[in-house]
Amino acid sequence: MKTKRAIWAMPILLGVLTVVGLLLALVGDGVWDLVSVAALAVPVLVGAWYAFRPAQSPH
Amino acid sequence: MSPVNVRRWSWIHKWSSLVCTVFMLLLCLTGLPLIYSHEIGHLLGNDVEAPAMPAHTPRADIDKVIATGKAMYPNKVMMYMSQELDEPAIWNLTLGDHPNDEHYKSIAVDARTAQFIAEPPIEGGGFMQLMFHLHVDLFADVWGKLFLGFMGLLLLVAIVSGVVLYAPFMRKLDFGTVRHGRTARLKWLDMHNLLGIVTLVWLLVVGTTGVINTLSDVLLKVWQVTEIAEMTKPYQGQPVPAKLASMQATITRAEAAEPGMKVGFVAFPGTPFASPHHYGVYMHGDQALTSRLYKPVLVDAQTAEITDRRKLPWYLTALLVSQPLHFGDYGGAGLKFLWALLDLATIVVLGSGLYLWLKRGRAAKAAEKQAAREAAGAAPVLAREGN
Repeated sequence: MKTKRAIWAMPILLGVLTVVGLLLALVGDGVWDLVSVAALAVPVLVGAWYAFRPAQSPH
Repeated sequence: MSPVNVRRWSWIHKWSSLVCTVFMLLLCLTGLPLIYSHEIGHLLGNDVEAPAMPAHTPRADIDKVIATGKAMYPNKVMMYMSQELDEPAIWNLTLGDHPNDEHYKSIAVDARTAQFIAEPPIEGGGFMQLMFHLHVDLFADVWGKLFLGFMGLLLLVAIVSGVVLYAPFMRKLDFGTVRHGRTARLKWLDMHNLLGIVTLVWLLVVGTTGVINTLSDVLLKVWQVTEIAEMTKPYQGQPVPAKLASMQATITRAEAAEPGMKVGFVAFPGTPFASPHHYGVYMHGDQALTSRLYKPVLVDAQTAEITDRRKLPWYLTALLVSQPLHFGDYGGAGLKFLWALLDLATIVVLGSGLYLWLKRGRAAKAAEKQAAREAAGAAPVLAREGN
């Protein structure tokens, strides 16, 4: 059984990064666009990592 | 969460998704090329480019620019003219048989020489036009938009109920667990939960802003019958101007009234963005956010005097700010690429959701088959061995 914190820590972190990424590019140009892309890339990379990693041995 | 509650939320999640999934798949598929519409237009050779000239080449009289358009289409009236911030050398002119002509013509005219440059295909030509309408209104105008807006609302319900169900499903699993090697259904359930939670906030934002965009026609109508009507009240009952005032004078005055802002587009009398007696001159700034926010300046179309200028109402501001957040066109190539990846991930979430529903209660179905076989007198054990 997982605690609430264990279940939600990662989704909340990714959600916050998404919001940051979406807003930064909206209010600023130039370097802010890069920061924004970096922030929004995290949820995409995390998703890809878990979706494509090879099957884990059963524990 | 109690089992009853899980079942309740499952029911909400199932039905809200089922109703909207086919349309959401359509929106994801057609949205993909729309993210790259600019690049696709470039590949198709639909780009309009102004001939290179020294940076400070003086600009042509805007009335001459309009005359060029009128010379090409002598029987049409001007509907709109617009200019992109990053392409000030081009005026885009829209002309039609009347101010609300759906079969308008669109041409590009050089802002420095008033020479005709090109007539790019409307809405990017056949393929992009198809994608655009399938994405925006299903070829059914405002009702198509509102229908897709309703589907978008169901998507938001599906997202929220999906989040509620995330915790009970993840009670015993680490984040990102995908159980390979057991049943395919289990693997896709895990994939659905993983990609669903990863794309959650992005899809909430794109979904919500999409729904707001479907209201554009309605919001514009509200604005017309309230504020524009109020601003143009003194003109009620007057005959519409037979000869339109100089556009050069109109734009010069509008720019003087709003220092630091540039003309984004001009709506000619009779179009939804103007009044029968006015030009609607829409000014905007040049920063990331201010370039999205237009400020309307209403100019008397007979005298070129400014009648009124005011801020957009909050609901149109909300609409304009929601557009980049839906299009993903505000942070360069990197952001567009992420938009495309997130769009693809959403397709997997929708597809796996559909799959999970199709494979639902396999146990229940198997039992049904078994009963049918037994009823037909077949020997189930032998039948199984024969497989």
